[in-house]
Amino acid sequence: MTIAAKAAGPARPSPRERRMHRRYRLDLHASPYLYIAPFFVLFAVFGLFPLAFTAWVSTHEWSLLSDEHVFVGTGNYEALLTDPYFWNALGNTLSILALATVPQLLAALLLAHVLTLRMRAQTFWRMGMLLPNVASVVAVAVIFSQLFGRDFGLVNWILDSLGAGRIDWQAGTASSHVAIAVMVAWKWTGYNALIYLAAMQAVPREVYEAAHLDGASRIQQLFHVTVPMIRPTIVFTVIVSTIYGLQIFAEPQLFGGGGPNGVTGGASRQFQTLTLYLYEHGFNRGFQFGYASAVAWTMFAVIVLIALLNYLFIRRIRSSS
Amino acid sequence: MKSKRPTRAAFAAVTAAALVAAGTAACSGEDDGTITLTVGLFGDFGFGPLYEEYSELHPEIEFEERIAEFADHHTNLTTHLATGSGAADIEAVEVGYISQYTAQPDRFHNLLDLGADELEGQWLDWKWQQGLSADGESLIGLGTDVGGMAMCYRRDLFEAAGLPVERDEVSALWADSWEDYVAVGHQYSEATGGGYFFESSGNMFRAMVEQADEGVYDREDQLIVESNPAIGEAWDLTVEAIEAGMSNRLQAWTPEWNAGFNEGTFATIICPAWMTSYIETNAPDATGLWDIATVPGGAGNMGGSHLVLPEQGEHAEEAYAFLEWLTAPEQQLKVFESTGNFPSTPELYEDPALTGLAKAYFNDAPVGQIFTAAATAVQPQYQGPLQGDVLATIGQGLGRIEDGSQTPEEAWSQVVSDLESFE
Repeated sequence: MTIAAKAAGPARPSPRERRMHRRYRLDLHASPYLYIAPFFVLFAVFGLFPLAFTAWVSTHEWSLLSDEHVFVGTGNYEALLTDPYFWNALGNTLSILALATVPQLLAALLLAHVLTLRMRAQTFWRMGMLLPNVASVVAVAVIFSQLFGRDFGLVNWILDSLGAGRIDWQAGTASSHVAIAVMVAWKWTGYNALIYLAAMQAVPREVYEAAHLDGASRIQQLFHVTVPMIRPTIVFTVIVSTIYGLQIFAEPQLFGGGGPNGVTGGASRQFQTLTLYLYEHGFNRGFQFGYASAVAWTMFAVIVLIALLNYLFIRRIRSSS
Repeated sequence: MKSKRPTRAAFAAVTAAALVAAGTAACSGEDDGTITLTVGLFGDFGFGPLYEEYSELHPEIEFEERIAEFADHHTNLTTHLATGSGAADIEAVEVGYISQYTAQPDRFHNLLDLGADELEGQWLDWKWQQGLSADGESLIGLGTDVGGMAMCYRRDLFEAAGLPVERDEVSALWADSWEDYVAVGHQYSEATGGGYFFESSGNMFRAMVEQADEGVYDREDQLIVESNPAIGEAWDLTVEAIEAGMSNRLQAWTPEWNAGFNEGTFATIICPAWMTSYIETNAPDATGLWDIATVPGGAGNMGGSHLVLPEQGEHAEEAYAFLEWLTAPEQQLKVFESTGNFPSTPELYEDPALTGLAKAYFNDAPVGQIFTAAATAVQPQYQGPLQGDVLATIGQGLGRIEDGSQTPEEAWSQVVSDLESFE
């Protein structure tokens, strides 16, 4: 073969060689798409299609219990926007989001900062951060619901022995929001701390040394050097936490107990979040999938809007530094 | 274009492989001739030993039990019925949900076609009726237990409050009416300095409504919450009890509620037969402290279940054969003995094996007699399609009064406006 190839000269590759070359180029260009294809195929089937179908369903009066689906156009959305319980759920969700996310990310930042310091058993502390995140949401919610129990909860027992009196955590609006926010924060603080830690380790040492020479304290270094340097990571965590926080479901559902209060978020709907509101309409009496789909799309819009606002807000970290 | 083929082929192969892998994981073969019947329940019905017994009689049948929480169970069942897959061969339905399902009989095997038409006399008539569709043409479920009501009370707390302790005397305290029950509650509160007389006002309200001739629905499935005087009276009396601070404000099935049985934070609870085993398991330390008296206001039914065969189940005949066996008096008696769930077959009500049964836990209360009397006296009440949800909505209104977030008037008007979406 080599002899034949040489005889033919280098200028004209044989058809076989040309074929191989084409395959090689094909491999080069097509393979990457092939490798990522499974994700996109699955995303199309389980992500895009349901998304589009939900939009379609949301324009119908569509009950799971009936085979008739009546087109109502924007009727579901109009009913939704005039339902005070929807606005109540939106308010609760935003309140829990703020209570959970802001302290959580600040704490994560501080924890990450502490973890960059020299200490014994570094890996132990770092892995420990992740443990709450490994626990299942349901387990966390069940255990915290017991801790926040009115009569026999540990939190009330401590408050009581300090002379502060008992709190009926479920009954009040603010108290229930705090309890739920604590569950979320407990689960996600360590996770965010590790993400910040990874970002902090990529910040060049020299910057800190320079800051140190200029007489900046540890805390000053954190806020004037570290935070601006890891800004993209902060943007990421803020957006991810926002998205998660706006979809919070298991915590309030389990916090409300097994009965109707788990669906409405308390007897006064004091901690009904948007997803619980969706669940109430979609998977309870009537199984109004059309209405629930409209809730889902409205939630989607709310999440995009708030994530965008947060992004614009966080971006100012750069401009101010 | 030719050059793209290998890509496509490879892609198709990958996808196909993934699908096959997913597919084989999802279905299990039944090559050896055995049939596995799946049974979907909320909570433990005490069927465990009966599966074994049945499998010994019929070696080809095996069982798989799936237990979910009460509310989730019915939500899942409805979803599975609507989507046409996922339901178990045999599913339990609580009485608060049964009319929601009898309204769509096509989704279930008609038990009248499978042999149940010959069994009608076996059950309490009203229990049988509850499983029938509106036209009476199809029967979707056979009754398991009924929830004739009684009143469980703590002997130690009654004694401390200077009230009678023996069950006959306690029954006599409120034999005439719920007003007397609330009056005893006032006495109890005063004597104990604000001790809780009962666990939740919603439960008391529900008991009163269940005893009325008509409940929240009329026979045309119209909500009569506003017009039914029985509901107004029950509401007012419950509000009186709440305002007197008698309610421990506990929500059923929560850890706090469970702990309350053991700790004795409340003195009385309305207990249908099925509740007795729940108390027993959740308050092991309170043996002998709980006792059972009769419920005020006459007899009434609270809870109890049917077993249904969803139409999507493939083993209708085998499932029906098991169902018929399982709901037969002999098996219902065994369930009663082990769990306290009270049989729905009147044949047993004269059987000394049932009537003679006493429970050591409840200070040797003759549960057989108590619940037989309760069950035979029940005047059946018509249950509408969203019975359970309507009662839950009213219960939440009472909850808002309990936690002080609303006045009784505000709570009632919110209940009424919430119920508008049920029409």
